[in-house]
Amino acid sequence: MPDAAPDTNGAAGGAAESVRTPWSEFWRKFRRQHVALAAGGFVLILVVLAILAPYIAPFDAENYFDYDTLNSPPSARHWFGVDPLGRDIFSRLLMGARISLTAGFVSVAVGAVAGTLLGLVAGYYEGWWDRAIMRLCDVLFAFPGILLAIAIVAILGSGMANVIIAVSIFSIPTFARLVRGNTLSLKHMTYVESARSIGASDWTIVARHVFPGTISAVVVYFSMRIGTSIITAASLSFLGMGAQPPTPEWGAMLNEARSEMMTAPHVALFPAIAIFLTVLAFNLLGDGLRDALDPKIEQR
Amino acid sequence: MLQYIAKRLLGLVPTLLLVGILVFLLVHLLPGDPARLAAGPDATPETVQLVRKDLGLDLPLPQQFVRFVGGALTGDFGRSIRTKRPVATEIGERFAPTFWLTVWAMAWSVTVGMGIGILSAVWRNRWPDRLGMTLAVSGISFPAFALGMVLMQAFAVQLNWLPTVGADSWRHYVLPSLTLGAAVAAIMARFTRSSFVDILQEDFIRTARAKGLSEPVVVAKHGLRNALIPVVTMMGLQFGFLLGGSIVVEVVFNWPGMGRLLVDAVDMRDYPVIQALVLLFSLEFILINLVVDVLYGLINPTIRYR
Repeated sequence: MPDAAPDTNGAAGGAAESVRTPWSEFWRKFRRQHVALAAGGFVLILVVLAILAPYIAPFDAENYFDYDTLNSPPSARHWFGVDPLGRDIFSRLLMGARISLTAGFVSVAVGAVAGTLLGLVAGYYEGWWDRAIMRLCDVLFAFPGILLAIAIVAILGSGMANVIIAVSIFSIPTFARLVRGNTLSLKHMTYVESARSIGASDWTIVARHVFPGTISAVVVYFSMRIGTSIITAASLSFLGMGAQPPTPEWGAMLNEARSEMMTAPHVALFPAIAIFLTVLAFNLLGDGLRDALDPKIEQR
Repeated sequence: MLQYIAKRLLGLVPTLLLVGILVFLLVHLLPGDPARLAAGPDATPETVQLVRKDLGLDLPLPQQFVRFVGGALTGDFGRSIRTKRPVATEIGERFAPTFWLTVWAMAWSVTVGMGIGILSAVWRNRWPDRLGMTLAVSGISFPAFALGMVLMQAFAVQLNWLPTVGADSWRHYVLPSLTLGAAVAAIMARFTRSSFVDILQEDFIRTARAKGLSEPVVVAKHGLRNALIPVVTMMGLQFGFLLGGSIVVEVVFNWPGMGRLLVDAVDMRDYPVIQALVLLFSLEFILINLVVDVLYGLINPTIRYR
């Protein structure tokens, strides 16, 4: 959304309401994406639930044990049933939402900020900076998928904080490449050249004229990436490298449920659904944002 | 073409070197003293000292690195701390199950994913498209370990059609490769669709239709080849996803492959095994991307002359 965009439709009516800002333009298109709106609403509800979790969870997620109803299926008292140790699965899922949402959001935010900075520097200065940063990205990309995160956790030791660090590093190169590509094409735009010709400093050009142009791509990717990061963090916990029992992390809960699959499949079912719906919501939201922000889509 | 391949190969050298340095440094970044880890918990300081000398950990870092690279080139990664067997033997036994698992997963997911993507693009915004894209967005949202557990519960435990764990016959491969490929099939479907939709708007497609070619010929001959160019690149990237994903899937299905070996090694801090596996996984990924680059050059002649 370059800020040079607002095209006043003054000739048509001259009314102030016809001024189109990038924001209103985005909202006009995004409003029509009903699926994405619903997904956004779902994410909002999840965030509220996660924040309020300690106050609304009916039972203590880690220290409440109902020994009379071990492995019992969903009931009025325990909405999502009880796990093999007698803990309330609904309460554990609520508390787990805090962990998964935090892990997803924080790791992508760190990755996006670091990656955007690196991408801006590489794309704007090119030359030596560009070669060094892109080489670094190549090396990070050479470790396929979750392997990089596993190697980092192997060095730092297991635990949720280290998982977040690992997933952040894992997100940096993709953002760096994305922003570098955008920066390379933006910096040859006429409005950037004119800014340079009136003597604007590099910092002003990057911060005021190049960076705004990369935001829409970063926002779309941010939302898509949260889904991936939640899955990656849950996978690491599932492998026993992230959150440790009795922490109610969704991946760790699934791992604990594995041994009880025969007798109590509902113990695995609810955390699986929770991860699926959360990631689905972020992905659908990302799809909607992309359709609303990508100028190419409208022509179709 | 040969020149193009040679150029690509040369371009890999710096990346390989940096990956090698990182993997080598892994041991020194790990918390704790590797010599003490190797010697065992009740070793005397003298034994630890001997082990340190034996492993070459008393040498200056650059010298250690040369030894490490020399060993890696000849397939010598030292001995596993856990089993005391040579790391190369450990990995040798585990390589084939992981390799075939990823190959089968790739084969079905690319075929099905591209098929769904093409059908969705041709019937854009009608029910085959809606169905295909709903499946695809669900596919990228369902974590592999959960899918594996669901499939195992349904087809192995409840219906008893397929075996649960092990890797002895083709029937053992069905559920793990389905689990591993699901997300890739979904990504390929979404990507192929968008690539195809772009191509179908092109002028040369309109020309092909205008000169009276039948729709299947337009799609298969004029559309497919052009749409494949970005899709092939995506395929290479997805192979990395598969290699990484195999680590998780192997744990779910108790698969005797490199992924489970890696998880066990991280658990036991068996650093020679971790080192060798991380290096091998990355090397495999880098080589696959090289193959993809070459394929890319074959499909798209213009890229060879850059």
